[in-house]
Amino acid sequence: MTRTLTKTRAAPRTAARRSVLVCVGLAVAILGFGVLALGTGSISVAPLDVVRTLLGNGSRITNFAVLDLRLPRVLIALAVGAALGMSGAVFQSLSRNPLGSPDIIGFNYGATTGGLLIILLFGGGTLAVSGGALAGGLVTAIAVYLLAWQRGVRGSRLVLVGIGISAILQAINFYLIVNAQIADVARATVWLTGSLNNLGWSQFWPLVIALVVLIPLLLAGASRLDMLEMGDDAAAALGVRVERSRVYLLIVGTAACAIATAAAGPIAFVSLTAPQLAKRLTRAAGAGILPAAWMGALLVLVADFAAQRVAGASTLPVGVATAALGGAYLGWLLWRRR
Amino acid sequence: MSTGGSTRAASRTTSGQAPAPRLAAPSRAAGLVVALVVLVAIALLSIAVGARSIPLGTVVDALFHRDGSDSSYVVWSIRVPRTLIGIAVGASLGVAGALMQALTRNPLADPGLLGINAGAATAAALSVGVLGVTDLRVFVWFAFLGAAIAGFVLYVIAGRGGSSPVRLALAGTAVSAALTGLTQVMTLLDTQTLDQMRFWTVGSLERADGGTLVRVLPFLVAGVVLALFLARPLNALALGDEAGKSLGAHLGRTRGLTLLAVTLLAGAATAAVGPLVFVGLAVPHMVRAITGPDQRWVLPYCALLAPALLLLADVLGRVIAREEIDVGVVTALLGAPLFIALVRRTKAARS
Repeated sequence: MTRTLTKTRAAPRTAARRSVLVCVGLAVAILGFGVLALGTGSISVAPLDVVRTLLGNGSRITNFAVLDLRLPRVLIALAVGAALGMSGAVFQSLSRNPLGSPDIIGFNYGATTGGLLIILLFGGGTLAVSGGALAGGLVTAIAVYLLAWQRGVRGSRLVLVGIGISAILQAINFYLIVNAQIADVARATVWLTGSLNNLGWSQFWPLVIALVVLIPLLLAGASRLDMLEMGDDAAAALGVRVERSRVYLLIVGTAACAIATAAAGPIAFVSLTAPQLAKRLTRAAGAGILPAAWMGALLVLVADFAAQRVAGASTLPVGVATAALGGAYLGWLLWRRR
Repeated sequence: MSTGGSTRAASRTTSGQAPAPRLAAPSRAAGLVVALVVLVAIALLSIAVGARSIPLGTVVDALFHRDGSDSSYVVWSIRVPRTLIGIAVGASLGVAGALMQALTRNPLADPGLLGINAGAATAAALSVGVLGVTDLRVFVWFAFLGAAIAGFVLYVIAGRGGSSPVRLALAGTAVSAALTGLTQVMTLLDTQTLDQMRFWTVGSLERADGGTLVRVLPFLVAGVVLALFLARPLNALALGDEAGKSLGAHLGRTRGLTLLAVTLLAGAATAAVGPLVFVGLAVPHMVRAITGPDQRWVLPYCALLAPALLLLADVLGRVIAREEIDVGVVTALLGAPLFIALVRRTKAARS
């Protein structure tokens, strides 16, 4: 980290240009992969025809396959991935630890508990589940923050308290599932693994609206995040109100994680890996929220594509694929950081 | 159970200043007898309480006279095996936790929290799902393999200098998350595996029977005995690598054997009842508050008090709700607040 910091200070303009290039490169990869994902499946559509259909000149059958069937799923994958990537960037930067992402320290368990409570106790619809997940995530964040408070909050204590709280939440989630009606349990279990199956336009729009609100809020916090990363004293010397900024970032970061969890369930490891992979490409200091968003979107898109095809007839939830990818990546990360 | 004492124990393992033991040697021995009495009392409670509660007098009667009566049947075929499994598993996890805290010099170490139990569960799930293993005698070996691999990974991460409690806890959580994901793949692909693994994902004494106990007991006993032999070298290592070496402790051998003991204990315990979190975390802290840091006292105390705590959690799970709550849920609900309290008191988390 110190190495990259000094390098960036030496040549900030090069680093910024590199970040932009990485974002453009990731966007191109997303477009290419998106066309592939939209064109393959039980109804095969040639890449050129996919583009033509997207531009409004498709036949009836390509309209059905590309626009009705596959486009919402692809767009939800991108939105969920971007939200998770940004949330991970915020949390890793706040905790100053590449493992301090919301899926590791338990914020998505909180969102999960909220969603589960709605599904199992009230049998609520999609929107209610989303609201429950958002509320669960925020309540968890506040509880962790308060429990970690000791004349200020340190990143490491935040992480450890998060681990403790996540153990409680996992126990609660398990208890809820064990004691619920079997029909609800089936719905809850799929949601628990993180899945894009059976999602359509009605799930897409709330997600997009939430993201449109959140992205400016996240970007507004980015500069303070970069200063907090240098240490509380340094940030305070630069005029940052440390605790207030931390609470703000914790709330917007949790909200990003929670809306993704609300839409698709807790998809593991995207918020852990996306910011780290993006950082390795940009070699820039700071949180790198936008590159992490693009990387997260690409990861979920690819993982969902793989999960739909790897197990033959049965469509695996995307969370299974991200867990496998993330597990391998994690092993490497831990090995490198010995 | 003084919380002030656990603070001191926690700071000892991180800062290396040993507090004076609370009790002198003769009273420490007497304390061990008290701990045994506590364990026996809670074991009797565990036999008496349940869906059908049995008066303590009848329990004692049924224990000594195994006749054909209903109470005798419930006691001998259901409650006694369950209680014995709880004692064996609790002792294993308590000793494993004490060993890990000594090995890593990390007050937050626990075989459940650091992913060792998850490693055992995942390997066993893979053996059920991929190889079709159904016999506990076979899949306990897979559980050992998984625990050993997870333990080794953790040890590699922690082994190089500068591993803070944060780093170790995060690494452990991350490793367990990845392993749990892998278990999920198995259960999603194959509903039969799901059915077999269900009671395992949380940790429950409900399905364990006398056969389970007989099959894992040799490993658990071996692990506990090995642990007792390690007490002295671990004491030497507590002073730091260099000081330990000058006292004649073999660093490599002690660490290797400690990992072996942890693997035996956590692997067999997980094979028997599923992955339990926090049992190995809490008890060593309470014990060090009574005995001081000497492992020769810490380990036997843990072997008696950890099962008492686990049985108490199991009994609580049976009485507080209409539907029985699995012991894994209760230990998480009891252990996590303690973990958070430790975090707030540990100097290491202030970095």
